[in-house]
This record gives sequence, structure tokens and C-alpha cells, in this order.
Amino acid sequence: MDRSLNPALLRGMTQARTRRDAFRIAGLSAAGLALAACGVQGKKAEAPKTDAVKDFWAKQTKHGRVVFANWPEYMPEDQAPLKKFQQATGISYQYKEVINENAEFFGKLDPVLRAGQSIGYDIVVMTNGIQLQHMIELGYATPLDHSKMPNFLANAGDKYKERSYDPGNVYTMPYTSGVTGIAYNTKYVEDDIKSIGSLFDPKYKGRVGMMNDAQEIANFGMFALGLDPEKSTENDWKQAGEKLKAQRDAGIVRKYYDQSYIDAVSKGDVWISMAWSGDVFQRQLAGEPVKFVVPEEGGTIWTDNMLIPKNAANPVDAITLMDYLYQPAVAAELDEFIQYVTPVPAVQDLLREKATKATGEGKKSLEQMVESPLMFPSEAEYAKLRTYVKLSTAQEQVFNPIFQSITQA
Amino acid sequence: MRGRRLGDRLLHAYTWLVIVWLSSPIAVMILFGFNDKKSKSNTTWQGFTLKWYDRLFDISDLTVALQNSLVIALVSTVITVVIGTMLGLAVGRYRFRGQGVTNFLVFAAISTPELVMGASLLSLFVSGNVPRDATTIIISHVLFSLSFVVVTVRARVIVLDPAMEEAARDLGATGWGTFRQVTLPSIMPGVLAGAMLSFALSIDDYVVTSFVNGGTVTFPLWIVGSVKTGIPPQVNVMGTLIFGVGVLIAIATSVAARRRA
Amino acid sequence: MKRLTPYLLALPSWMWLAIFLVVPMAAMASVSLQTGNAIDGFAMTFSVSNYTDAISRYSTQFLRSLLYGGLATVAMLIIGYPVAYWIAFKGGTRKSVYLFLLLLPFFVSFVLRTISWGFLLADDGVLFGPLKSWGLLAPEFHVLATTFAVVGGLTYNFLPFMILPIYVALERVDPRVIEAAYDLYATRLSAFRRVVLPLSLPGVFAGVLMTFVPATADPVNAQILGGTANTMIGNIIQTEYLTNLNYPTASALSFTLMAVLLVGIFIYARALGTENVLEAVAQ
Repeated sequence: MDRSLNPALLRGMTQARTRRDAFRIAGLSAAGLALAACGVQGKKAEAPKTDAVKDFWAKQTKHGRVVFANWPEYMPEDQAPLKKFQQATGISYQYKEVINENAEFFGKLDPVLRAGQSIGYDIVVMTNGIQLQHMIELGYATPLDHSKMPNFLANAGDKYKERSYDPGNVYTMPYTSGVTGIAYNTKYVEDDIKSIGSLFDPKYKGRVGMMNDAQEIANFGMFALGLDPEKSTENDWKQAGEKLKAQRDAGIVRKYYDQSYIDAVSKGDVWISMAWSGDVFQRQLAGEPVKFVVPEEGGTIWTDNMLIPKNAANPVDAITLMDYLYQPAVAAELDEFIQYVTPVPAVQDLLREKATKATGEGKKSLEQMVESPLMFPSEAEYAKLRTYVKLSTAQEQVFNPIFQSITQA
Repeated sequence: MRGRRLGDRLLHAYTWLVIVWLSSPIAVMILFGFNDKKSKSNTTWQGFTLKWYDRLFDISDLTVALQNSLVIALVSTVITVVIGTMLGLAVGRYRFRGQGVTNFLVFAAISTPELVMGASLLSLFVSGNVPRDATTIIISHVLFSLSFVVVTVRARVIVLDPAMEEAARDLGATGWGTFRQVTLPSIMPGVLAGAMLSFALSIDDYVVTSFVNGGTVTFPLWIVGSVKTGIPPQVNVMGTLIFGVGVLIAIATSVAARRRA
Repeated sequence: MKRLTPYLLALPSWMWLAIFLVVPMAAMASVSLQTGNAIDGFAMTFSVSNYTDAISRYSTQFLRSLLYGGLATVAMLIIGYPVAYWIAFKGGTRKSVYLFLLLLPFFVSFVLRTISWGFLLADDGVLFGPLKSWGLLAPEFHVLATTFAVVGGLTYNFLPFMILPIYVALERVDPRVIEAAYDLYATRLSAFRRVVLPLSLPGVFAGVLMTFVPATADPVNAQILGGTANTMIGNIIQTEYLTNLNYPTASALSFTLMAVLLVGIFIYARALGTENVLEAVAQ
């Protein structure tokens, strides 16, 4: 038991505080007051200059170690892909499941990076959204060296190379993607749900679940009005806000959910809800009566992205690992576990091949995965998918209150 | 007399009813630790199995997180109880300069929203260049549990009769001797209650910990993170074991108490 | 030496509170008066309007939080007092065992407790499903996503924090004194009112302080158990801080909340006359 105790914890508990540490703690109060007096410094970043990026990478060398911060359950329990990486490259890794929520994670790293310190991770994974955008705007993401990304360039699907929030992959590489659409409980809903209009249908009064995230709900308000969120304007947001407010005031919405919407749908507390594809797929595998559709008016595609945070200690090792995960065999191993949408299209064939060789339970679930539009959306489905609107700081201050005043009345 | 006994019996039953009510979600948690689930989500009953007990320590990060939580809760409880009892005695027993400010600070520590406390502690550690690890988690847990211990101990001290201690001192007991033999035993229920509250606060804290943890993951942190993709049954099993060990301790204590009586 | 005792006793906690509470609070107070945004930075402008704007914008959520916190506190007092009373006087040698059992569910992560409640209280779940199929409840009856659920959740989650301090105060009373009082006074009620209640008041005060304050500031219960109009001020602070990165407004809201709670507790302490309890007993 003792051997597996977290070494960092042991260090913290057993190491005698050195004199310097004692001074440090004493100096804290002064530092805190200084912080209070000066206000909080802004660090708005310029677009990276090609030369500067080249210079940066030219100075970096491989260190033989990398620290990867990720969401829980985003890596097989035996960490086989990472172990193989270590064998193949000689780079040892530390894998930490420390990211639980984008806003919270950003809230935690912001003061550290603002103070010019390192957050201790070489790779972090964040969903495209306001926080990722802030990361980029504040210069918290290290621009990538494309010459070190051969697997990505060869194997990533085209759609994952041109994403509106990071065109040309200057800062990020996708880890996995998912779709926000509609889930419904077939025990209670007899119709085939196709349209986003069902979320606004008085027939389901008090039985509709919406999400509490401003960007998610804004997109659905705009889809319902036939607007394209990616190209939306302030006026569109106001219209969407009106639409969503009317839906709430008519008593149609039961609750604005976080992650817990999926339990509510599968238990029948709500009959129809905004939903993330991977969640629904897992519930289907568990035999629960839930269905997922991408509404004909459109759905949202979101992506969790890997990036190298500013002041990371081992950027070369980090980019090597990020690129390694784009080998189709590795990507297939990951996707079989994560069960969301992989950025590597070749995975579908690899899993199909694996399914033919497998037997029993394993074969059945592999077959389900390969055929699932939730893991491998068709071209027609991709065509309906949009991501979130990209907001400037000034726009954010208009956008957020419109939708937060609905979800947080 | 009969009426009174009936009243007592009703209250006895009522107390157990409250205990059962508070524990009722634990029953569900225990049940789903035995669920033979086929996919990642553990929300629908799919048959009985013991395999999660067998594979309890398969998820090494989860195991480490649980160990971290237990160690942090123990250490922070000990620190909080010692310094909190001291302050509880001070504000409950004595009149001294700064008492008003002290009471205000004790109040402020309870009323600060957790998020604000976590974020401002993080800013403090960052500006002091203090690395975040188990130590900073313990510091923060002591901070938010402290007031609960102080307030609980003070509620005890305030209803005590100081004459006992004076008598002990008159009989020639030293300051420390008086404390150990008279004061401490008489405030013990308050100290114990404070200790239990502070252990519960620490082992279940999410918000403050999530700011000051650096790379150290605790049990609640890991679970919140895993909600996104489905909480593995090992989490239920670990919760069951915590609860089970607690119940065993309760039974052992109560048997021992009966023997003594 | 004796005069120094209280200072020595208070010293470690003072240091803790000074470094880890006062300093961050001073920083927060400063931030609450700044203007700007997270990208371009914040500057000190001594802008008191951060407070007035925040209060006028979120007055609904403020009042709602006080209401929910107050309702939950009253519920906890009513539910918890008899439990504390019974354990203190009739718990015998197993007093601490009972207390421990009351707290034990809270050693297990709140996420697991919450998920389990969701399972138990589901609209067609193990509790309500059968009642609905027997026609005892209307099909649209639900507990989750209601005000009742939020107040109930607060009551559930903070109940031990009410019971323990009341118990701690009552436990020092010799049960024989109570028996004697019951024999002495005409009715049980007046015996309770004149002997037991005054002795328990410091515990009640501590319990109310430890439950009303955190329950009013709590964001979790409203988020998990509430419906479309149950947002509490804790949720707003969370959104302003984490999503909008509006640190000044979040800080201003926190200070306002603290001030409101302080005033509330002060009025309550005065009304109850808690501090004079010893004199009351002596009379």
C-alpha cells in the first residue's frame, strides 16, 4: 500500500520546510497586499510571429519526460497507449487526471500563468469554448511546430485541421470530439424526434431539459430560428434569447442541466433534452431506452483539444506525444475506450477489422461502435454540424448576460 | 411515568429515523457497487457481481486519490482540532483585546463562499510562489474547518462552570495539570464533535481543493471528473468500504462502552 | 502569565486566519473596486458602482438565498433539536456512536450522495413510481427541480451541523437535574422552557451560525436539485467568477453576501440574547 502512496504527497508531508520556505510564507502577506494594490495585469497576446515561433522551437530539446494533464476516463486504465509511447520514444510520462471542468481549470491556471509561472503540465486538454479562446488570447498556449507533427498532418481528418477557433492548428490538436444534439427517452416519447422544434413543443411541457452553458444553449436557440451560430451577430443572439426565454416562461423547460441531464433522460424525469453524443451512446450500450438525433436544423460539434501551456518545461516531448496519438492504431485504441468521435478517420476501419476477429460481448460492442453515427458521423451529418460563435471580449459581455439571464433566473 | 417512557421511546425511534434518512442514499451507493454493468455507465441495475471488489485497486489514480483524501483529512483534522480548541477556549472563557475581531474572523471564514476562498487562496500561494500540493490543501482545509471547531467548542465552554478549574488550581494543580484533568475532559464532547465535523468537511471538499491542489488529486476531485464519462463502480465500492469501516468502528465503540458500563 | 493565557491560546489560529484569510480578503476587497476585463487587465478605480450594480442586478437571487437559507435553518432546528436532546440525555454510553452515525454519510463523496438521491427521487423511480401506478400520486408529480427539493437538500446536507453543537451544549446538563425539573414544574413544557431551553441556547446559536451562513451561500443544492427559477447567489458568484471572469463583480457580491449575513446573525444574536445565557441560568 505504502509504495503506491502519491510521491508528491509524501514529499509534501515529510520534507522539512527549509528556511527559505519559512521566509516565503512570511513574505506571502506582503505579496498579497502588493497584488491587491496594483490591480490584475492584463496579458493580451499578439498573433505569434513565424520567426519567433521558429526561434522558440529551435532552442528546445528533448528532455525524455512529459507531464500530461487530462480529464478522467480519457485514457484506458492500463495506459497502454502511453506505455507504448514510452517504449517507442524513450520519453517517460506522468499522466494526471486533473481536469474536471473547463471554467474551473482555467480559473485555476489563470493566476499561475499570469504570474509567469509554470502550471507543471506539458500537455493540457480543453474544450473549444470561451476558456480555450481566453487561453489563446492571453498567450497561454504555445504555438505548435508543424514540422514535428507528421502523424497529425498525415492522419487527421480534414475537418479537424480547419476549425474556426484555431484555424491552421496554430495552437491546438484535437483529442476527441462530440456532438450536441437531442436525446429522448423512447419509453415516453413515441414519435421519431427529428426537429429541434420538439424542444419547444408545448406537448412536452415540463419534460424538456436544456443545458445551462451559455454557448450550448445559444446555439440551439439559433438553430431553432434557422440561424448559423458560427456567423451569428448580436441581433441573432437577442432573437435566440427571446425564443429561449419564451420557452422557459411557457413552463416547457424543467431545468437547465449540467452533466446530470443524461441521468434525467434515462430515468424519464425529462423525456427530451439537449445531449452530448458520447453520453447517450454509453447509455445505449447499457441497454437504457435513449435515442440520440442530430436535429435536421443543425447540431453543435465540440472538440477537446490538446495544447502546450505557456512555460511548459518539456515542449518537444509534449508535441512528440501529441503527434504520437495520431498514429491510427493508437487512435483506435483510445477511441475504443473513450467512445466519442475520433479526429482520425482511419480508426473506423481498424475497429471494424478488430470486430471481425473478436468474439462474444467484445465483438458485439465493437460492431455497435463501428456502426454508430455517434462515434462515426456520416458526411450528411457532419454537414449539419456547427461549432460555437467566436466572441471578442466586448461581444462576450453582451452574449453572456443574454443567455445567463435565462439559465440563471 | 409511563407517558415519559413512551416519549423517550418515541424520541429514540425518531433519532434512528433521522439516521436512516441521512444514510438512505448510501444504500443506493452500496447497491451499485455490486452492479454487473456492461457499459461505462453505472446507472441501471444489470445483475449482481462481486468483481468490482476484486478489481478494487485496478484504477491506480483513483486508489491514490482515496489515499490522499484520507491522509489529508486526518492531518488537517488534527491541526484544526488543536488550534481550534485553543481558540474556542479563549473566546468562550476569557475577555481579551481583539476578541471582537476574532469573532468576526471566525464568522468571515464560515461566510466566505467556497469558490471565493479557493480562488483567493490560490492567488495568495501563487503570489508567494508556494508550490501547490498536499500541504496547501491541508492549509486550506484547516482554514475552512477551523471556525466550525471554534464555534462548537465555544458552545461547550460557555455553558461550563469555571469554578471547577479554580477549585483544582486551589488544590495545587498546575496550569497544564488543570487543563488535562479538569478542562479537557469537560470540553471533550465539544472537541470530539468538532473533530468529526472537520473530518467530514475535509474528506468531502471539492471546490476549495480544486483550486489549491496543484497536481495532487483527491477522492472527490477524481469522482467529479469521472462524472463526464461514467463513475466506475470501484468508486461505489470505496465509498462502501469507508461507510462499512465507519459502521464497524461505531459497533466496536458501542460494545466496548457497554462492557465498561 | 494568566493574563497572557487567552492570547497564547488564540495565537496559532490568529496567525492562520491573518495569513490565509485576512490577506486574501484584503486583496479581494481591492479587486472588488477595480474595473476592466480579464483579457486587457483590471485597474483600481475605486468603483463603488461594482457593488450597487451587482446588488440591483441580482437582488432577486440575494433575497431568494436568504429565504431558502432561513427556511432550511428552521427545518433543521425543528428536525435536529429532538435528536440532539435525545442523544444528550438518553444516549447513555453510546452518545458519540450516535453522533458518528449521523455524520458518517458525509464521509462519502457528495457526488455519490447526490446521484443516489436522483435515483431515489426520480419522477418514476423506486419511491414515486409505485405510488403513481397505484394512482396515489398524479403522474406529473415531482420533487426534483422544485423549490422544495432545494430547501430539502440544504436541510439534509447541513443537518449534522445543527445537531452537534446543540448536543454539545445540552450534554453537560445532568439528566437528574432535568428529572428533578420535570417533577418540580407543573407541566413538562414549562420545565423544558425554563430549564432545558436556556441551557441549550449557546448550542442553538452555534448551530444556526454553522448552518444558516453556509446554506445561504451554497451553490450546489440549487444547481443539482433546483428547477428554472431557483438560482441562488452562490451560483451567480460562481458564474461571474469562473465563466465571465468578472472578478470585481464576484468579489463585490461575496462581500455583500458576507455583510448581509453578518447583520442577520447580529440581529439574531441580539434577539435571542444568547450572550447573556449564563445570567439567565443563574437567575
